[in-house]
Amino acid sequence: MEEFITNSKGKQEEEYIVNMGPQHPSTHGVLRLKISLKGETVERIEPHCGYIHRGIEKMCERLTYQQIIHLTDRMDYLSAHINNEAVCLLVEDALQIEVPERVKYIRTILDELTRLASHQLWWCAFGMDLGALTTYFYGLRDREHILDIFEETTGARLLQSFNVPGGFMNDIHPNFIKRVKDFIVYFRKKLPEYDELLTGNVIMKERTNDIGILSLEDAISYGVTGPSGRGSGFACDVRKHHPYSAYDKVEFREVLYTKGDSFHRYKARVEEMWESMKIIEQLIDNIPEGDYAVKMKPIIKLPEGEYYQRVEAARGEFGVYVLSTGEKYPYRIKFRSPNFSNLSAINKIAAGFKIADLVAIGGSLDLVIPDIDR
Amino acid sequence: MNAIIEYLKELFGGIKTLLTGMKVTGYYFVHPKEITTQQYPENRKTLKMFDRFKGEVSMPHDENNQHKCTACSICEINCPNGSIEVISRQVEKEDGKKKKELDTYIYKLSMCTFCGICIKVCPQDAIVFSQGFEHAVYNKEKLIKTLNKPGSSLKEKVKE
Repeated sequence: MEEFITNSKGKQEEEYIVNMGPQHPSTHGVLRLKISLKGETVERIEPHCGYIHRGIEKMCERLTYQQIIHLTDRMDYLSAHINNEAVCLLVEDALQIEVPERVKYIRTILDELTRLASHQLWWCAFGMDLGALTTYFYGLRDREHILDIFEETTGARLLQSFNVPGGFMNDIHPNFIKRVKDFIVYFRKKLPEYDELLTGNVIMKERTNDIGILSLEDAISYGVTGPSGRGSGFACDVRKHHPYSAYDKVEFREVLYTKGDSFHRYKARVEEMWESMKIIEQLIDNIPEGDYAVKMKPIIKLPEGEYYQRVEAARGEFGVYVLSTGEKYPYRIKFRSPNFSNLSAINKIAAGFKIADLVAIGGSLDLVIPDIDR
Repeated sequence: MNAIIEYLKELFGGIKTLLTGMKVTGYYFVHPKEITTQQYPENRKTLKMFDRFKGEVSMPHDENNQHKCTACSICEINCPNGSIEVISRQVEKEDGKKKKELDTYIYKLSMCTFCGICIKVCPQDAIVFSQGFEHAVYNKEKLIKTLNKPGSSLKEKVKE
């Protein structure tokens, strides 16, 4: 990066520095990209983070493990339930508590619903980034059905905070199973519309095919996980390779594409929606009876030591590291957020492409900015 | 010649994909009943939120203006944001014993993150989430609410 600063002082006169953001409609948040241009071609990108830094990790050092959960909602708000689950799994693992099967099943279903809702929102926002405003309404129309399911069972549409160490706050609503089944029937009809509207579209194809290529080696070395990494052929699905909750009881395909361009990252996400629906269908009829939570002590103290738990969030691998000294607060907590690693590769991906392609590349990486800064 | 055929193929293929997309939008244009939009400000009177919806913390009172809060402050301790403040007073009973009683239950809606921990930990089920969601006010002070009604008292437990 030092080289970059000297360049900006005028050593190479033909370079032109442009700020994209912090306020830019296509960054979906306060992300600042310092772009060095040669003509219209992107030479280098330097991401500047920190515009929405809230110090969540530091705040967590003065919160109990039950209270931490509601802050993990606010990192990657589109996969809030999955982030909650990571902390809960860590606490349960550290205390060696076996949660009931019912909790595992419901957690997996809610995880996949969260993933569906997240990918739907990504799909409509991606279309909008490329100028197809119609997709925004079609994606949000279907997402509304999932949010209704969440609202009825958890009480909140986006930031659920439904998980607690040991289980859930409440049992599922009596309508839950029927609503989920109805939704799957409904969405199986609607998902082909997505392909008709956007996937086959000639403008979309021109703007994403062979644009923003991330090689497999780079994906691994930068730690690009989730559908963005799987678009490059990086088999990194935590659900498949390190199953948690009820993922070892279901059959699903790890979506892998090889090319690593924006279009394959797009295809990986759309394919994942089909796989998510398959997982839900396998589980929804077999939810076992039982308690919805294990009785926990009011004050949870983790034994001294280090703990790490990872889950597959909608955008990649989400990890929680806790260093405990035996107190009721964690001594140090660190979140491994998928978006931070995905953003770090943007210089590698976008260099050499036009500045208009950067919007498509940013859209295909599916960045959520509060998750980058935490 | 091949180049021209390629060009025409691309051109008509492109138009075809655009028409495929327009077929979808056209379908909804002629089937307006499948559109699921809610006319929100108009349907305010009939709009009903789900029972579990986390609107705001409220304290239910019965017909005798009595609540269940014993001022134990467990909710205050468990709140991650400090949005609850329980102020209690010492009251002398007829038999001379001193007893803690709820004076004011202050709830700062502006600081609340709706995590629901306070309601989960409450041993008396004295507070619940109400379904109201229209929290917009002109003045920030209006978001600091007192949940117990004036003149309210603790509901005595029904003797078995």
